[in-house]
Amino acid sequence: MSAALFDAADDVTRVVGVTSRSAEESAPSSAGRPAAVAAGSIRFQKVEKTYLSSAGPVRALTDITIDVPAGSVFGIIGRSGAGKSSLLRTVNRLERPTGGQVLVDGEDISAFNEDQLVALRRRVGMIFQHFNLLSAKTVFGNVALPLVVAGVPAQEVRTRVAEVLKLVGLEGKENTYPSRLSGGQKQRVGIARALVSRPEILLCDEATSALDPETTLSILSLLKDINRRLGLTIVLITHEMSVIREICDHVLVLEAGRIAETGRVWEVFGNPRHEATRALLKPLDRGLPDDLTERLTSLWNGEPATALVEFTYTGAGGLQPDLARLLAVLGDGTRIIQSNLDRIQSHVSGRLIVASPARADLQHLIANPELAHAARIIGYDAADV
Amino acid sequence: MTPQMYDRLWHAFLDTLTMVGVSAIVALLAGIPLAVFLVLSAPGGLIHAPRANRVLGAVINGFRATPFIVLLVALLPFTRLVTGTTIGVWAAIVPLSISATPFFARIAEVSLREVEHGLIEAAQAIGCRRWHIIRHVLLPEALPGLIGGFTITVVSMIGASAMAGAVGAGGLGDMAIRYGYQRFDTTVMLAVIVVLIATVCIVQFIGDTAVRRLRAR
Repeated sequence: MSAALFDAADDVTRVVGVTSRSAEESAPSSAGRPAAVAAGSIRFQKVEKTYLSSAGPVRALTDITIDVPAGSVFGIIGRSGAGKSSLLRTVNRLERPTGGQVLVDGEDISAFNEDQLVALRRRVGMIFQHFNLLSAKTVFGNVALPLVVAGVPAQEVRTRVAEVLKLVGLEGKENTYPSRLSGGQKQRVGIARALVSRPEILLCDEATSALDPETTLSILSLLKDINRRLGLTIVLITHEMSVIREICDHVLVLEAGRIAETGRVWEVFGNPRHEATRALLKPLDRGLPDDLTERLTSLWNGEPATALVEFTYTGAGGLQPDLARLLAVLGDGTRIIQSNLDRIQSHVSGRLIVASPARADLQHLIANPELAHAARIIGYDAADV
Repeated sequence: MTPQMYDRLWHAFLDTLTMVGVSAIVALLAGIPLAVFLVLSAPGGLIHAPRANRVLGAVINGFRATPFIVLLVALLPFTRLVTGTTIGVWAAIVPLSISATPFFARIAEVSLREVEHGLIEAAQAIGCRRWHIIRHVLLPEALPGLIGGFTITVVSMIGASAMAGAVGAGGLGDMAIRYGYQRFDTTVMLAVIVVLIATVCIVQFIGDTAVRRLRAR
């Protein structure tokens, strides 16, 4: 990669899957690799991983086939033990698949010898949940290490370390030891260390799980910024859907070592098909308060009452909650009770709950594909909600 | 105590210093590579050599199990081979080194093994080769533990060197035995013990200070 990458303009607009990286594809650095494959692309092909334990073989990954487009932010989510970490570690071969292939820039890395592996790892940066910084080295020493072991001249090491430290916002901390830094600063050092070799792929292993919510957001926005400015591919694993929602373009849900579902983030969030995905999305979803749910009756006795109606939007087809249309169907006295709508990648998805005077034909009226992707009457309340 | 005694005490002190100093350097230079090999060749380590690991482990245990005084005698032919003599300070240095090396290797192994696996993984992930990992991760990260372990080794070597009198090596321990035990000269014995205690305290203080400095980073 050229040094100019670090100075890439901020205003590069990124369309999902097509990034500033595409301009780099013909750069000399990609010479020697298959020409048609963009730098920073990963392809998992029928990847399997079986561990041998004292209790017999344990299957960690089964039949994982998926493409990670160059320049994208690709999220892998799953409950603990789903195999996320194993899958991520096959990309820089900290973990060797027991079956299938992992192709980085079109090259099968399973056949790599030690020299090729070292070269690969200089193209693939990695950051960790617990930062894994060397306590005996200063910030400078930690960030410089990848260059030092690669035999880069001292003068260039200094300029490049200064460059990345500026990028992650840690200027002036060169001579500090990691133990004197906060969690967020430590992760910034980790990011700087991963970026100093100018990699084309950055692997993030639960990079924000040990951080508080505020620091998490600042680290995520740094990662997003890096992805946009340097055009590198980011693969991250997490167990928090909010992280995926924040920065990912694509998401892969793993469950017991298999692909549960995968797709663009808005698709998976708007219309989760797998039970594991729904379970993971649960924390983002605020339900109705219990006292209200308990008061509701499922049948309407004909007396004046309020009906609670839930409209669901999946984000598909550009269908959005159109208030005028809702009001036209539901009539006067209609109020929004709760909304769980989210706009992800320009698609609005989620639920909208409204209260409306109960009527006999309500069920029929709301079953209108122009209103929402799905609609149902949650229940009736004799009192006003 | 006569001035002559002070002179003897001083020479005994220098003998002990030579014996322990030289043997400690040998133990350090030989023990660290052994410990690094033991850690790296352990199951799941960076070097796949389970047999060599087991053999080395057994050899180290063998030396550790043999009492120093027995080792001293058993190694006489080897000592003659190395130093050309079987008496005197240099004759004691050989068995002392051979006894201290496995001791220190085991202590160093524990410190090295305690280096977090995540750090080694991170080093691999940034393109470090095995040698880089030893040089930049294992040794610097384990340094406080290695220094602490080395201090323990030196102190126990000062104790072991008392037996070197058996090969006529002299030293403080030998002086205490000869004057205190064989001639009932309690004053000399007490003087020797005071010097020994002071030496051990100084060694321990230097070690502790170094460790504290490193940990304060």
